[in-house]
Amino acid sequence: MSSRSTQQIHVVQLYPRDMNIYGDYGNALVLQRRIAWYGYEPVMHSYDPGDEFPAHADILIGGGGQDSGQDRIQQDLLSIGERLHSLAEAGTPMLMICGLYQLFGHYFETRQGRRIQGIGLLDVTTYGTDTRLIGNVVAESDQFGQIIGYENHSGQTYLGDDAQPLARVVTGEGNNEQDPHEGARHRNVLGSYLHGSLLPKNPAVADFLIAAAVQQKFGDSLGDLQAPDTAPVSLTELTEKARRSAASRPR
Amino acid sequence: MALRVPRSASIAVGKAARTLTRLRGGSGSAFPGLVVERIDPSFLARTLAQLPKGVVVVSGTNGKTTTTKMVVELLRGQGLKVLTNRSGSNFTRGVVASLLGEISLTGRLEADIAVLELDEAHAVHFVRAVRPRHSLLLNVMRDQLDRFGEIDTTAGMLRSIAQTTTEGVVLNREDSRVAGIAESLSGQQVRYFGLVPELRRHFPSDDELHSAITPDAGSAGGETPPRSGPAQPTTTPEGDGVPDGEEPVEPPGTGIISADSAGLPEADVLLTGLGTQRGSFRIGEQEVTTDLKVNGAYNTYNAAAALALVRMVLGEELDHQALLRTLAQVSPAFGRGESLTVAGAPVDLVLVKNPAGFRLGLSSFSADGVATMIAINDNYADGRDMSWLWDVSFDSLAAEGVAMVSGVRAYDMALRLSYDQVSIQAVEPDLKTALEAFLAAQPGQPKRIFCTYTAMLALRKHLAAYTDVEAFA
Ligand SMILES: [Zn+2]
Repeated sequence: MSSRSTQQIHVVQLYPRDMNIYGDYGNALVLQRRIAWYGYEPVMHSYDPGDEFPAHADILIGGGGQDSGQDRIQQDLLSIGERLHSLAEAGTPMLMICGLYQLFGHYFETRQGRRIQGIGLLDVTTYGTDTRLIGNVVAESDQFGQIIGYENHSGQTYLGDDAQPLARVVTGEGNNEQDPHEGARHRNVLGSYLHGSLLPKNPAVADFLIAAAVQQKFGDSLGDLQAPDTAPVSLTELTEKARRSAASRPR
Repeated sequence: MALRVPRSASIAVGKAARTLTRLRGGSGSAFPGLVVERIDPSFLARTLAQLPKGVVVVSGTNGKTTTTKMVVELLRGQGLKVLTNRSGSNFTRGVVASLLGEISLTGRLEADIAVLELDEAHAVHFVRAVRPRHSLLLNVMRDQLDRFGEIDTTAGMLRSIAQTTTEGVVLNREDSRVAGIAESLSGQQVRYFGLVPELRRHFPSDDELHSAITPDAGSAGGETPPRSGPAQPTTTPEGDGVPDGEEPVEPPGTGIISADSAGLPEADVLLTGLGTQRGSFRIGEQEVTTDLKVNGAYNTYNAAAALALVRMVLGEELDHQALLRTLAQVSPAFGRGESLTVAGAPVDLVLVKNPAGFRLGLSSFSADGVATMIAINDNYADGRDMSWLWDVSFDSLAAEGVAMVSGVRAYDMALRLSYDQVSIQAVEPDLKTALEAFLAAQPGQPKRIFCTYTAMLALRKHLAAYTDVEAFA
């Protein structure tokens, strides 16, 4: 049996140049570290418009951006849409935040009624509004427990019949002002509005992505996390305390 | 129908409110301004219109306070009587409040010029009421996005300031969003301050971030890669407040050095060299190297901005020798690289409020031999969103570690450091307890505290028990 440290997990960040606002970089960093702390070798890839798509893609992540950033990536995203669909149907774990969550849906309709095409990987549609939903969010998920983050979006997203909500909002708005849903899920693809960054304070989500990748690629289940001791208390305890203080803050 | 209160009446009411606030132990800044604003909305415009050299506005995401202070001192060094909003409440009300202190009951303002630091969010309202004669626009960075929504919106606010300015605008030519404002101006004189290309590496931009996680590439440092490929502004998901097609497509990138160094306009003042508390500038045609009281690359670059503005304001009247004498004496604003002495050892306070500012703080001051504390609050004035901590790399603290992490969001910060594998000695959310432990742990060792705005206010209050801390009022 080969040592795990030679077993590589390839993480592809979609469009980090244009879509990395509000700390979405933290999601990439947390995956990179935790993959290593689980005994695998993380290999990080960036994919920007016009790049050659990486040959290996075990986990895909993407973030939010400025309006102008979304303009730049939309055509390119459509051009790799088929590839992303086949990865998703094969069970590849993905996490798309905010702007890329919207473009992973069917379309984004602006307030002027113009439709911006997404790749339809998630059965969701988004409508531009004049209201910006901003603030701390606490949501409950059956699978991941309490999910904690920060939302900042004016597009409002509605789920179709084929999408499951990622969580139900307890504090904040989530997908829209109408229903209590936050985020969406299809197979191992997760969409969410939560920045924060999402993964540092929600390691259950990070470990879901890693576990799915490891299962897919090597048929392994995750062992114990071997995080180095760099603080007076363990990473698990720091995380728990950070979650508790975040959940107690005003919106 | 509006009731017009005579001017002398509104001044008297405002002055009374100011005295009252002082007596009640308030800072005397926001409350009296509010009173006058309600009574007499045109008070500001009317009063400021008397100034012989008009109103100068300084705005941008980072460095407003220090730059405003430098401009004020440079102008005072030229013998001018300068009015400014030093109270730290950089809103219209704060401006009204500072005016009330300088005005006679007959409404005469004892000053030649007003130099006002304006928060981007409030500047637009202000410049509608009071058109500045000159303005200085520093940068657009990721800051307080939970309040303003989008960087492009912030850039739009700065553009409004420039467009309402009557005579001349000074722009940061290294920040493409700020430099691009020139295209929307007609009639105003436009000048620039800038950096020589060799110094660009001292100024990390927001855009370098994405390269930081690229594997095996060694990541850190390096220039922002040039952008290629035409932007296709056909869509607007995640809608903003701008009708389709009206918003010009801004060049990508934010931060101090987002512009490509090729093809930049000529700078009136150029920062050409950095030393320890020394800076070299090309001012107009003249090369100057001078000692400085301000430290850090960032503050030195702000000095270049201040010089360019003062040159524009004074034109032919400028006394160049006096300018250089004052420049050497200008000190940083409160909390911006401010140094205190506690039990014989220096304690630096560095205000951090957004990723670019935090990165500048980390790269401007070496961590060697220094005990570091980080205090992060998430009150309204700090910004509630903690996402920005993940946009800063803390690798430069890895060698020495961090002695203390504090503030309301101490555990968020501790988590951030842990994922950068920076060791932490202690985490204590309570600022007073944390400060006492931090000061006691390594007597005699130089210390540095990176802190958000409200954490800094609290820490300064506690530090007053140890040392002389300039009153913040
Ligand atoms: Zn977002």
